[in-house]
Amino acid sequence: MIKSNSGIRKTDVINRRMFIIGAAKVVVFVGIVARLFSLQINENKKYLTLSDKNRIREWKLPPTRGNIVDYFGNVIAGNLKVYQLHIIPEQVENFNYLLVRLKNLLNLSDKRIARINKLKAELKPWDSIIVSENLSWSQFVKINNYLYDLVGVKPVMTISRNYPFNDVYTHVLGYVSQPNEQEILENEIIQERFVPGMKIGKLGLEKRLENHLIGTNAIQRYEVNAYGKRINQLEHQKGEQGSKIRLTVDTEIQKACGKLLNEKAGSISVMDIYTGDIIAMYSSPSYNPNLFLFGISQDEWQLIRNNPLKPLINKTLSGLYSPGSTIKPIVALSALENKVIDTKFKVKCTGKMELYGQTFHCWKEKGHGWVSLKNAMKQSCDTYFYEVARLLGVDRLNITAEKFGLGKKVLGDYFDTEKKGLFPNTKWKKNNLGKGWVLGETLITGIGQGYIQTTPLQLCMMTAQIANGGFAVKPKIIVDNNPISYEDAKQSMESGLLFDTNSEELLDKKLFKNQKNIKIIQEAMFASTNERFGTSYKSRIDDPKYQFAGKTGTAQVKRISKRERELDLELEQIPYKDRDHALYVAYGPYVNPRYALSIIVEHGGSGSKAAAPIAKKLFKLIIDRHDLRDKQSNFERITV
Amino acid sequence: MFQHDRLSNEITLFQKIKNLDYILLISVILLSVLSVFVMYSTDGGEILFHTKNHFVKLAVFFPLMIFVAFFNIKFWHNFSYIIYLIVILLLIYVSFFGIKSSGSQRWMDLYLFVLQPSELMKIAIIMCLAKYFHRIKIENVNSFTSITIVLSIIIIPIIFVISQPDLGTSILIALSGLIILWLGGMKIKYFIYSFITFLISLPFIISFLKPYQKLRILTFLDPDRDPLGAGYQIIQSKIAIGSGGLNGKGFLKGTQSYLDFLPEKHTDFIFTLFSEEFGFIGSVGLLILYSIIIFRIVRIGAISRSNFARLFCFGYAFAIFIYIVVNLSMVLGLLPIVGSPLPIMSYGGSSMLATMIGFGIVLSAKINHKQMIA
Repeated sequence: MIKSNSGIRKTDVINRRMFIIGAAKVVVFVGIVARLFSLQINENKKYLTLSDKNRIREWKLPPTRGNIVDYFGNVIAGNLKVYQLHIIPEQVENFNYLLVRLKNLLNLSDKRIARINKLKAELKPWDSIIVSENLSWSQFVKINNYLYDLVGVKPVMTISRNYPFNDVYTHVLGYVSQPNEQEILENEIIQERFVPGMKIGKLGLEKRLENHLIGTNAIQRYEVNAYGKRINQLEHQKGEQGSKIRLTVDTEIQKACGKLLNEKAGSISVMDIYTGDIIAMYSSPSYNPNLFLFGISQDEWQLIRNNPLKPLINKTLSGLYSPGSTIKPIVALSALENKVIDTKFKVKCTGKMELYGQTFHCWKEKGHGWVSLKNAMKQSCDTYFYEVARLLGVDRLNITAEKFGLGKKVLGDYFDTEKKGLFPNTKWKKNNLGKGWVLGETLITGIGQGYIQTTPLQLCMMTAQIANGGFAVKPKIIVDNNPISYEDAKQSMESGLLFDTNSEELLDKKLFKNQKNIKIIQEAMFASTNERFGTSYKSRIDDPKYQFAGKTGTAQVKRISKRERELDLELEQIPYKDRDHALYVAYGPYVNPRYALSIIVEHGGSGSKAAAPIAKKLFKLIIDRHDLRDKQSNFERITV
Repeated sequence: MFQHDRLSNEITLFQKIKNLDYILLISVILLSVLSVFVMYSTDGGEILFHTKNHFVKLAVFFPLMIFVAFFNIKFWHNFSYIIYLIVILLLIYVSFFGIKSSGSQRWMDLYLFVLQPSELMKIAIIMCLAKYFHRIKIENVNSFTSITIVLSIIIIPIIFVISQPDLGTSILIALSGLIILWLGGMKIKYFIYSFITFLISLPFIISFLKPYQKLRILTFLDPDRDPLGAGYQIIQSKIAIGSGGLNGKGFLKGTQSYLDFLPEKHTDFIFTLFSEEFGFIGSVGLLILYSIIIFRIVRIGAISRSNFARLFCFGYAFAIFIYIVVNLSMVLGLLPIVGSPLPIMSYGGSSMLATMIGFGIVLSAKINHKQMIA
């Protein structure tokens, strides 16, 4: 009985305690269901995303760069299909045998083979190795013929930058090549879109407009396993090609510039005097940017680098030259504006001028006799300009010169290699050289020698601003989304309503005090080209359609010694390095002018012999293409 | 007494079959069939190694369960201590001659299959303690000697299992033992005191843990600490379950497991795969199936006349419950990762063997629920 009693009591205890446990079980199970609910229902989206992130991997393909076209829509930087050869190590049966076969078929160097072996060791077995970036068509065909024997090899067609006009635009466009680490880190867009094999702009507009040209990556989505191996392709998202950029340049004229400067070092710039459109901007010699696309060979690079004519320098923007006599229109204008001289003012040229015991020579040893402004400009009489400069003073000259754009960058921040040049004044010398200005320096500044340094594009803009009647232009090389037609620009200049009615801005646009003075300079430049004894008379065109006005310049690169002056050597007898630079600035047509240009031939001798004849050939082409250009003006507007 | 025994022995085979608990039986069959399908999915939708082996084990152990059920519950009562001792001997054998695998030594080679004695201990300890509390007078439950004896019964196997090392199984063994102590009528204050002592000594216990075990606890507290290392399993498991959503991704369509993101998907993380493919509805369904099994076991315990059968059933029901809770909490990121299989679902012979023997004894208790044991 006791035992059974005890047994019953024990059963009660067990049952009671089981009940407590049972309740606890229910609570715990409910807790687990709640957890399941929170993960699978509440946070389902989050975990779905994470699961997709796990299993879906994106492969970015190199973006396609935007095209760059000239004013007429001709592609000057485009894209070309290229054939490449990839190896997928995973699929290769016998890697060494394959390499031997490829070596024979493609003439691969031992270095290249070593590089492939190194890549193979570094990459995952399913990542492809690029054996050759740019196969020729015949190589590509050859590979395809032997494909049955080349297991694991994949001929690939892809897209690469291409410059159809080779060296014509190198200094404008620059080129593209593989980015280095720093370039990737510096630019967020490149960083984001970078994939191996992608090329970025290294120089020129290709570099400057990188963010517009770059385009977006095409994306391939693959399902991958936990080890990163592709299981299957899910989708392919097309990339967007980079923006198309339209330039103001004219390929025909640009090409002609290249031909005219063939085998010479120099530069030609052509500009629309109203809109500031740069029609051509050629620096000679140039080089082929296509060489850089797949890595330039050491030999080719040395050839470019060591060329004494310095093809790597963009002479139009970075070449600094004494303007020589091409500065004379500004000197004369400044003197007129400051009422130091008038048209009747005359100076007697005896071939030289003495000042404080120093002798300043005119280029014409016998002298020009009594000369007025027009004659002095026409014959480029140095003595006249010594005297004018002396009367004017360098500081007043400096103000006029800077107004016309000397000593300042022309294209602003578009080209980081562009130089500012220098137009000196007394303050500059004091601050930079720590010495006082000497009057003799004013005289040589008056004929464009001494401290003064200009870029060819500055001279072109200076000429343009004289040609358009003395109004500021804003040079540009890219057609923006608000292109101002030449008629509008001209009209607004002439009616004094350029761009804006804001009078202060208007004041900035007007570079003269009295427009008559501009007219006088224009006439003098006309005489210099179109009247007998003018320095560029031989290069004139009589047909009024093509008739142009200009000013020659001959810039000394070294001081001429007395002995050399007496010898009066022929150009060929002087060593190349010591020969004068030949310059010429001009605008045309003389009636209703449209275009200004500047020409520099390094060590070409005198401006009238080496530079002005080039202008004669060029003007015919420029003006013949004028109507075409006008029709084209509403061609297409592209936002940059 | 003899008559009684004879009477109970007179139950015919037909009656035995009739007296089986069919709801429990059907639930176990359902669970087994489900487990084969899930195993088929872990093999990537093909009948490969795991699916085949799992099926073969079910085919062997399910009849074994019926075989066990046909023994009188009294037989199991009589042999409880001996079974416990045999399993202890196996544990000792394993600690000297066991097979080593991934850093721990818990298996013995039985030629046909590899046995993990610690899994058998999960059942043996319940049997042993059930018998002890069946025999002891209720007045003596809280005496010093009895407490010393029951604690020794629990601690001895745990020492062997923890030194294998196998923290997960030892915790499950300890919990299975403690629940019998609770049901047997041990004073509640002892549980409270020892729980407080446990909390106080926790820092010391942690300092004795192996570095990988400490790492697991740290990882549990913050899985994102080292997402590609220690936290990888928890994170991937949560992603798989969470991405399953309401209806799941569909049978054989669990991307996480197919693309090898899930670790140990055959064993401890089998629920993750199941939940990814069958979603919230499937998961709750599985829980309901388990709940039915637990409920039936408790019910059999409740109708049993002997306290041994009652204690065993209640204890075993709790053990099953604990296995499920520990496993699910682990894969759901609610507990640190301790190796613990999900009954029947997980791949693993010893675990299934132990579970099936447990079900067998429960069914034996059902068949003989009127049996008195002195």
